[in-house]
Amino acid sequence: MSAVIENHHDDHHHGPAKGLTRWLYTTNHKDIGTLYLWFSFAMFLIGGAMAMVIRAELFQPGMQIVEPEFYNQMITLHGLIMIFGGVMPAFVGLANWLVPMMIGAPDMALPRMNNLSFWILPFAFFILLSSLFMEGGAPNFGWTFYAPLSTTYAPPSVTFFIFSVHIMGASSIMGAINVVVTIMNMRAPGVGLMKMPLFVWSWLITAYLLIAVMPVLAGAVTMMLMDIHFGTSFFNAAGGGDPVLFQHIFWFFGHPEVYIMILPAFGIVSHIIETFSRKQLFGYSSMVWAMLSIAILSFVVWAHHMFTVGLPLAAELFFMWATMLIAVPTGVKVFNWIATMFRGSITFETPMLFACAFVVLFTLGGFSGLMLAITPADFQYHDTYFVVAHFHYVLVPGAIFSIMAAVYYWIPKWCGNMYDERLGKLHFWLSFTGVNVTFFPQHFIGLAGMPRRYPDYALQFADWNMVSTVGAFLFGVSQLLFLFIVVKTVMGGKKATDQVWEGARGLEWTVASPAPYHTFTTPPKID
Amino acid sequence: MLLKYLGKFQYLSIVAVMLIANPIKADWFALNMTRGITDISNEVFELHMLIFWICVAIGVVVFAVMFYSMYAHTKKKNPVAATFHENTKVEIAWTIIPFLILIAMAIPASKTLVKIYDDEAGDVNIQVTGYQWKWQYNYLEDDISFFANLSTDADEIYNLVPKGENYLQEVDEMVLIPVGKKVRFLITANDVIHSWWMPDFAIKQDAIPGFVNTAWTKVDVPGIYRGKCTELCGKNHGFMPIVVKAVEQDEYDQWVSEKKDVAMRLAELTTKEWTTQELVDRGEDVYALNCVACHQTNGEGIQGIFPGLAGSDIALNDKDRHIEILMEGVQGAAMNSFSYLSEVELAAVITYTRQAWGNAENGDGEIVIPKDIVDYKQPKI
Repeated sequence: MSAVIENHHDDHHHGPAKGLTRWLYTTNHKDIGTLYLWFSFAMFLIGGAMAMVIRAELFQPGMQIVEPEFYNQMITLHGLIMIFGGVMPAFVGLANWLVPMMIGAPDMALPRMNNLSFWILPFAFFILLSSLFMEGGAPNFGWTFYAPLSTTYAPPSVTFFIFSVHIMGASSIMGAINVVVTIMNMRAPGVGLMKMPLFVWSWLITAYLLIAVMPVLAGAVTMMLMDIHFGTSFFNAAGGGDPVLFQHIFWFFGHPEVYIMILPAFGIVSHIIETFSRKQLFGYSSMVWAMLSIAILSFVVWAHHMFTVGLPLAAELFFMWATMLIAVPTGVKVFNWIATMFRGSITFETPMLFACAFVVLFTLGGFSGLMLAITPADFQYHDTYFVVAHFHYVLVPGAIFSIMAAVYYWIPKWCGNMYDERLGKLHFWLSFTGVNVTFFPQHFIGLAGMPRRYPDYALQFADWNMVSTVGAFLFGVSQLLFLFIVVKTVMGGKKATDQVWEGARGLEWTVASPAPYHTFTTPPKID
Repeated sequence: MLLKYLGKFQYLSIVAVMLIANPIKADWFALNMTRGITDISNEVFELHMLIFWICVAIGVVVFAVMFYSMYAHTKKKNPVAATFHENTKVEIAWTIIPFLILIAMAIPASKTLVKIYDDEAGDVNIQVTGYQWKWQYNYLEDDISFFANLSTDADEIYNLVPKGENYLQEVDEMVLIPVGKKVRFLITANDVIHSWWMPDFAIKQDAIPGFVNTAWTKVDVPGIYRGKCTELCGKNHGFMPIVVKAVEQDEYDQWVSEKKDVAMRLAELTTKEWTTQELVDRGEDVYALNCVACHQTNGEGIQGIFPGLAGSDIALNDKDRHIEILMEGVQGAAMNSFSYLSEVELAAVITYTRQAWGNAENGDGEIVIPKDIVDYKQPKI
């Protein structure tokens, strides 16, 4: 055996292996980044298909297409898949591609763990999706899986759901450790912490959030497992347990999780606005401090998701004030982006269109977030479509638009070809229209009084629900265009220069397009 | 280029408008929060509008600057970008000013919140208990207790007949409260978490097993007010509405005495001699209200989730276990204790399920009378 190993000793140094094994065994950050990105796109389409089922059912009052049991499975899986399968892996994929190139490192610090953290993900989602075909159906208790609906009253498939969440958590923790170790140890000489590109900063902070809260989520699902199978009563009131404890634990994970899904977006948008305004970012260090403050505040605001559970007055006041405080660093970020654009020399290529839409629509989501922070008003908003509109505004034209912007921005570097600008713009305008037609009316529906997670509704909500569904299908179909554009770009197209964008700065633009399989095997020189 | 694409959107929006032509009931103007009818709900509405207009004002200023840059500072109009960056004064200003605006918002919000958190007992105290998927109301002073179930017909839900005006917002028994009195709700749940929301009173309190949350209101305008369950509680989460009727004191007092009479008559029924047919008839109604959601009208249940009763061994041959299951529930399953039903209702529904769907022919056909339930409730030695 040893002879065989020696014979192949020098095979893989200068290019990828061929065939399937390249992807199975790869320890290359670019390959793993690609795997993450394609995986998250597949999940985005699956989760999106579920959203189409939801919106189709809500097109008119009455039950038409699915039964309430299945509807609840759809809302649960849609949320879980989009968060854990769509947004998070997409950001990990971007981190894999970009962090080493941005800091002048040859690869991620822990390449084998990198491979493992990706390759357990498909199994996690296979387990989760297979629960659709199990007796009693898939998890049906919402992505927040509040006990005891998710324990005593759950379908048998909840056990598979728990193991799937454990695997996702392990994957996220490994990915986060890898990012931290890479950034802390592998920066090229001269790349000090306060010289790192903002995307790297945003991911460093995100990675710490992940390491802090994913174990909390693992704890929550483990307690559920114990309650279901081993006779404990963590969350079972009849056995002396506390259903509200579940919500405290869940949201202690859940609120930082929200920022895990938006901080990398802040980094991406900062780079894109800088590039297409051809002007240096207005306040680099205040952007870093704003992200740090948001991350720290995210640990002390969790109970604003629980204003109606009957917390004592002092707790309600504290969590209201702390939550409102988040508006300050978030405002700083928005002001910085706009100050960067001010008196710049702006062009509107597709990434910039997505980034501008991000700033406007994410800010709208921020405004509704501020309204939701006002506890007495939250008694009226809580668990209505107003909340659905709020978090979709920060997640779809927020997180997802930033991911699309990143793909358009960096894809010339990844595959050496320019995407089709005309189609890219078409994709943007279709998505922009679709998102707003879908989610803006949901503010109205929610304020008028429609609760979320309802498979059927009273007649006064009929009109705007219909509009919302039309928008959702427009948005959904537009993403097939995105798939087409990406495939077309990978297959061929106008060759990209190394610099790609006139105003782009950063180490990743100094390497060839497409980026060679191994970059920065010797550290670059930084002035 | 942009205009060309926008042209396409005009076409799309026309299609959208055509699709939207809705024969049922146009309500394009249901855009904002309803004001509600209590002092608190009005205060909450004012707060909501205040924050909304502050956000609009901030948005107008911020987006005006942004859109101006997008218009005036394009590469065409401004080929060379300025080079300024970092300005401590500006950065301090845009940190401090939002902070001050937030304080201006927090003060009225905190004041209203303190008012809402008044935990004193009310003139009328009603315990509200959430069940999958109905609400129970106990009037603590008057010993009145009843369930409120959705009264919308399944045919309306499945689009077989036209939907009524109060589609999904109507119940078989309304909660009556007197006007001008402080009414306190003590909110809890029996199985999973529910949430009792009455938008017109600005009350939303989670109903949590093992906890009692409180909320209060004082309604001055007689009328019928409609609310909903707002915490996902299983498959019929969307089908357990809340209807409160506020009436003058006289009418309220009369209703209370009528409800008490009914309760007394029910107690008499427990000692009456029952025939099988009487029990089956009554049991069918009880079954329709409490059991069909899971066990289905045909008694087959839903495979893999809710066991069938038709042909089940317990329903056929094990009367004692049958009573026990209804009284105690099944540990670790969705089946709860139904011991809160009256003895007559329990006996009737057990008898019905032992007689229906051919169970009488296939099993021992034994019936259960109210006295059996009374005996079961005796302390066991």
